[in-house]
Amino acid sequence: MGANNVNDVNTQMAERYKNNFLKEIEEQAEMGDWVKMCMQCGLCSGSCPTSFQAGWDHPPQELFMMIRAGKRDEVLSSSSMWMCTSCYNCYVRCPRKVPVTHVMHGIAEYAYRIGRAPKNQPTQHLSKTFWDNCTKYGRVNEVKLTQSLYFKDGIGSGIKKAMEMQSVALGLVKSGRLNPMEAIGGGHKCKDLKGIHAMLAKAKELEAQRKAAKATAAG
Amino acid sequence: MTSVVATNQTILVVGGGISGMTAALEAAETGKQVVLVEKNPYLGGRTVQLYRYFPKMCHPTCGLEINLRRLKANPRIQVLTMAEVTGISGDKGAYSVSVKLKPRYVNDNCTACGECGKAVKTEIDDAFNYNLGKIKAAYLPSSMAYPQRYVIDAAIVGTSDGEVAKAACKYNAVELDMQEEVVTLNAGAIVWATGWQPYDATKIVYYGYGRFPNVISNVEFERLADPHGPTGGKILRPSDGKEAKNVAFIQCAGSRDENHLRHCSRFCCMASLKQTHYVQEAFGDAGKSTIYYIDIRAIDRFEDFYQNVKSNPNVNFVKSKVARITEDKEGNPICNGVNVEGYKRYATAHDLVVLAVGMEPSVKGMDIPAEVMSDSSGFIMADPANAGIFGAGCATNALDVNRAVQSATAAALRAIQVVNKVARAEA
Repeated sequence: MGANNVNDVNTQMAERYKNNFLKEIEEQAEMGDWVKMCMQCGLCSGSCPTSFQAGWDHPPQELFMMIRAGKRDEVLSSSSMWMCTSCYNCYVRCPRKVPVTHVMHGIAEYAYRIGRAPKNQPTQHLSKTFWDNCTKYGRVNEVKLTQSLYFKDGIGSGIKKAMEMQSVALGLVKSGRLNPMEAIGGGHKCKDLKGIHAMLAKAKELEAQRKAAKATAAG
Repeated sequence: MTSVVATNQTILVVGGGISGMTAALEAAETGKQVVLVEKNPYLGGRTVQLYRYFPKMCHPTCGLEINLRRLKANPRIQVLTMAEVTGISGDKGAYSVSVKLKPRYVNDNCTACGECGKAVKTEIDDAFNYNLGKIKAAYLPSSMAYPQRYVIDAAIVGTSDGEVAKAACKYNAVELDMQEEVVTLNAGAIVWATGWQPYDATKIVYYGYGRFPNVISNVEFERLADPHGPTGGKILRPSDGKEAKNVAFIQCAGSRDENHLRHCSRFCCMASLKQTHYVQEAFGDAGKSTIYYIDIRAIDRFEDFYQNVKSNPNVNFVKSKVARITEDKEGNPICNGVNVEGYKRYATAHDLVVLAVGMEPSVKGMDIPAEVMSDSSGFIMADPANAGIFGAGCATNALDVNRAVQSATAAALRAIQVVNKVARAEA
């Protein structure tokens, strides 16, 4: 009787210290199993050229520590992963060879996948727009990509932005860097759009299989 | 020709630093014949280049003096300086070793009177002081040098300055026609004690060592603090000779880093903690030290030493690996990074930055001219299959002086057992 109670108390106590969120990140986020390797030296944040103090909620090693501390809400809704410019300075320098850049992207993707990423985050909007554009046409339609970015906050601000960038656009057109025909479905295209769509569908299927297998293996 | 008496009952010790000297003495004091081979013109290795030891803050000259007394009193040790082992053949109990001897251009007649040094004009880099200064090309490597004999640098041999050195000598000790020679000797067992070298800090590009004159290494800081060093013991920074009252120490400069040295070098935390004492002693309360660290690893019974330094209000601890060093207009190095306690960016100017560079073996395992097993950092590992060659001291691991001596004694014991077997077989 008494022994059982002690066991219950022990289980309860152990439960408090079980870090389900670290496990969740390891299983679900790309490269998430590297988080436990961080030794909190701070070289990644110190090497970050974005001067994160202004826009970032948390520098990488703080984010890693928060994951290990089980701060699920704060981590998933953090803006930090979306501020990364993928310069790879942190990855190159990390004394533990943690692929910091990839881990940041992995957590960002996971937060987005389960609908916890911050709303109206510009990097996220660009990523989504870029991805949709690129997969739809087989290669990036630059005119349409620019349009959808300029007009994301409405027609008024879109026209204003377009006018501001007018001379840049003309310069690009003149030097053959931008084809205005892309606006009406012209310009450069890929050779086998169907093939690309099939490839992407297969990749998505394989990734889903891999993630399911990993989740099962982790039990 | 140099003559060396050696048989299969002789123990060869390669490296005459604190580990090699210890192994040689321990073996010789049990009655074994020992040949001690040292690359430098003097014994004592890196240890004699230290200003003080931790934890007792005593001077290495003291320990060296005791070892030199033991050495001089022991007829069973033959010391070869300016000597390098170039080849080892044979097996346990019957090794044949070739040793290359570089000419010193000074013979046994030398009384270390110093007249040759006064006479010559040519100056060379002062290797003993990590090239922080210049010395004459006829020199005594250090005041404690053993053998207490001058060295004529090869740079002035065949020049008029060489003749000047010869003419200045009253004892006929300068021999400019000495030649390099290779001797072959027998040994029953070999103790490999070639020690360590500081990690090349220029490889840690973001710290600017080599680009910024006021970023130096911990071994160089030892020489700055030493009264026999290039500044006469004053802590003056290299760029302008200003007193360095605000000193930053950056831990794990190269160590614990997959891109540099994979291992923890173990001694550097204690070395930096010790060096804060130098700053405190030189400038009193005007001397400020800042230690940037990942974790302080004051191993074993050194925790007290750490707590003592920690309680000093003039020593500041910042938990962060500095990410970049920049320089301001006055030549002050600025440490940039993110403090892990609070995750705030900092950019702090100091008078001088000391990189606590780690240890790597001076001869990596694979460069040893014999079959030895070594780890991924090049440190020698114990190998049951190899029963006649034993690593000692920092050739086997990143060790402080105390542990190096323990390791050397253990290696001597193993070598003694091998030659004892040879002796029994030959009896």
